[in-house]
Amino acid sequence: MWLSGLRGFDWMPDLWSEIDRMQQETGRLLSGAGAASYQNFPAINLWMNEHDMIVTAEVPGIDPSDMDISVEGEMLIFNGSRHPENAGDGAKFHRQERPQGGFRRKIRLPYRADSGKVEARYDKGVLSIRLPRLEEDKPRKISIKSE
Amino acid sequence: MMEAGKEIETRKEQAPVTRETIRNRPVYLPPVDIVENNDAIILLADMPGVDEGNIDIVLEKDVLTINGTVEPEYHENYRMAYAEYGTGDFRRSFTVTDAIDHDRIEATMKNGVLKLVLPKGERARPKKISVTTV
Repeated sequence: MWLSGLRGFDWMPDLWSEIDRMQQETGRLLSGAGAASYQNFPAINLWMNEHDMIVTAEVPGIDPSDMDISVEGEMLIFNGSRHPENAGDGAKFHRQERPQGGFRRKIRLPYRADSGKVEARYDKGVLSIRLPRLEEDKPRKISIKSE
Repeated sequence: MMEAGKEIETRKEQAPVTRETIRNRPVYLPPVDIVENNDAIILLADMPGVDEGNIDIVLEKDVLTINGTVEPEYHENYRMAYAEYGTGDFRRSFTVTDAIDHDRIEATMKNGVLKLVLPKGERARPKKISVTTV
């Protein structure tokens, strides 16, 4: 009986992931995603565990010096711009599908990040930002004392 | 958690399935810019995550195919909490005319952008004909 009670906890993470999924779905509905919108450029993915998070974004063709990243508590802001390629004399565009110009994204993180320890890397057009969780924000294990 | 990522629609356009691939991965159409100047046609393609070594450019008769493979994004001991884009391979084909000098095509890769320079053959280059007075 006791064992089956313990097993009952197993579905808890699944419940949370279900809630996460629902939040994402709602966010998507509200943002009207699906229709291409540069408001959400660049697209991001977020990975996390107890200690830190990794935010990745696909921002090809941008000079790292043209990008600016800042962290304020639980807000991550990054902006930058992409310059059009100089194609030489008499250049004529046949197709222009790649987004150009400035972009800015503001993301609310699941928890506060330690802004002093944030690391960012840019490789093959993929930006990845590692954001350690603020020490005082980390979950604490509470031990139960028996009398 | 990976499933949650998959359900999110991405703004990347999936390539139409013409032939099935061996690897069970999504294939995206890279967005391109095509610019023409006096000497060449320049093609720029956004292919984030593609390494120079993992890109294949094949010119067969008049069809130019670019193919880039991407290592799937995975971080050990992390769970995916939110996803807006999917990772997969890139593929796109273009028809090129024989006005292009097929032997002098150059390809470079920088910051996830492929740049192909397709030089025009002697025939296709604009010629200036000067008019002389008699």
